[in-house]
Amino acid sequence: MTKEETKQAVLDIIADVAPDEDITDVKPDVRLRDQLELDSMDFLDIVMELRKRHNIEVPEAEYPELASLDSCAEYLTPKFEALGK
Amino acid sequence: MASGFCSDMSFTPPRIVITGIGLTAPNGNSLAEYRQNLLNGVSGVQPFDVRYMGKSLAGVCDFDPLRYQKRKEVRVGTRAASISIYCAREAVGDSGVDFDAMAKDRVGIYIGTTEHGNVETENEIYAISKFDYDTKYWSHYHNPRTVANNPAGEVSLNLGITGPAYCIGAACAAGNLGLIHAAQMLRLGEVDLAICGGVSESIHTFGIFAGFKSQGALATHIDPTKASRPFDKDRNGIVIAEGGALYTLERLEDAQKRGAKIYGEIGGYRVNSDASDYVLPNPTRQAECVRQALQSAQLKASDIHIVNTHATATPQGDIQECGALRDVFGEGCPDTHINNTKSFIGHAMGAAGALELAGNIPSFDDLVVHPTINVDNLDPECAIPGMVLNKPVKAEKVDAILNNSFGMLGINSTLIVKRFTP
Repeated sequence: MTKEETKQAVLDIIADVAPDEDITDVKPDVRLRDQLELDSMDFLDIVMELRKRHNIEVPEAEYPELASLDSCAEYLTPKFEALGK
Repeated sequence: MASGFCSDMSFTPPRIVITGIGLTAPNGNSLAEYRQNLLNGVSGVQPFDVRYMGKSLAGVCDFDPLRYQKRKEVRVGTRAASISIYCAREAVGDSGVDFDAMAKDRVGIYIGTTEHGNVETENEIYAISKFDYDTKYWSHYHNPRTVANNPAGEVSLNLGITGPAYCIGAACAAGNLGLIHAAQMLRLGEVDLAICGGVSESIHTFGIFAGFKSQGALATHIDPTKASRPFDKDRNGIVIAEGGALYTLERLEDAQKRGAKIYGEIGGYRVNSDASDYVLPNPTRQAECVRQALQSAQLKASDIHIVNTHATATPQGDIQECGALRDVFGEGCPDTHINNTKSFIGHAMGAAGALELAGNIPSFDDLVVHPTINVDNLDPECAIPGMVLNKPVKAEKVDAILNNSFGMLGINSTLIVKRFTP
């Protein structure tokens, strides 16, 4: 999976977690919480959906790695690759 | 002995009036639509798929949750709360109160529920069954969704209400209890405006269907609209329904000060317990409940012009209630009409009392009593003088409505609403 594909996978999750948000113009280098209405429970949802949809575990200490789309791509792409995706 | 506030004659409690009604029923999403369908004989029962069980029947509501909630709120919250929010917003709007200007800590929310949390718990168990029952897939929303105050709490969030907001668990008597408790809180001066009544989302839990089926109390009929048939010889059980009815109640003085439209006045009430069985009703205690409610309203049985029955169309339960009503209203009540709303919408559980009362309140204005439908062959054991069967009747007068709602573990409630006269 490429980093762009990882970003899309995260955006797909956000679209379900925050269905009222417009995600067509999310800036990859800006913190997600600074541009979208996402609270801490929503972030737990993102973690849960990564687990359910992609079998990816994000330990609590590493939640900050999900701050922006760019950081998600950096952090998650190797995990996708490790799973052969 | 008189019950409730009337037992202390030295205390004159403030009069409490109904100033707004918001509802969703299987056959209507507003009081006007619901009432019209009750007068036109339109049922809201339809085929309904139940998890693990397949085809069944239910009273299903089709209100639009997105009218008052964001999509995320619907996703995170519960069905019971969506029903509550819809009804609360409709009631507040209907009341004409200047809600933005109100002190939100003086508003109370009192919502009756039969149960809460079964839907969400079943959903989570079903969801983790897809992951070999590994609980790490269990939702972090489970607890806020299943706490017993969830429906009232979500209403408080949605409307920014900071006064008391909680639910009253009272099985199928709960709708009446929401109103009764609200009247008490207004009389105590705890709040200035109460949003109250009952809700149910029970059709979304298979457990309630399976439970009634195991009990031999789940209705079946080839025609869904004829499945809910209280008092009929061929009745064979309950049609489960969802829905809600929330009211705004105020002290009369406050309502008059702002020139509010007044639907009716809380006349009296009584809640008691059978203390005799988990599920079987007790007609002696039911009759006692009705009599004590009459006493609290300082009315005679013959002063009641509409008795809205609880009857759920179980073979035994209907006979028991009719026995109790025959005892109280059997003779000497020529102006008393007896009807049943479940025949149209099924049994809306925690919403039942509140919804069924709402269906009758317009009778104060139009003097028409909606019927019990689907009574093709009246069971002689259910026959009581004054029953309104299959077609509405015009009443000479409608000055007082008595609403019965009973529930499991032997909880009985009777609420009397009077025509408002200054």
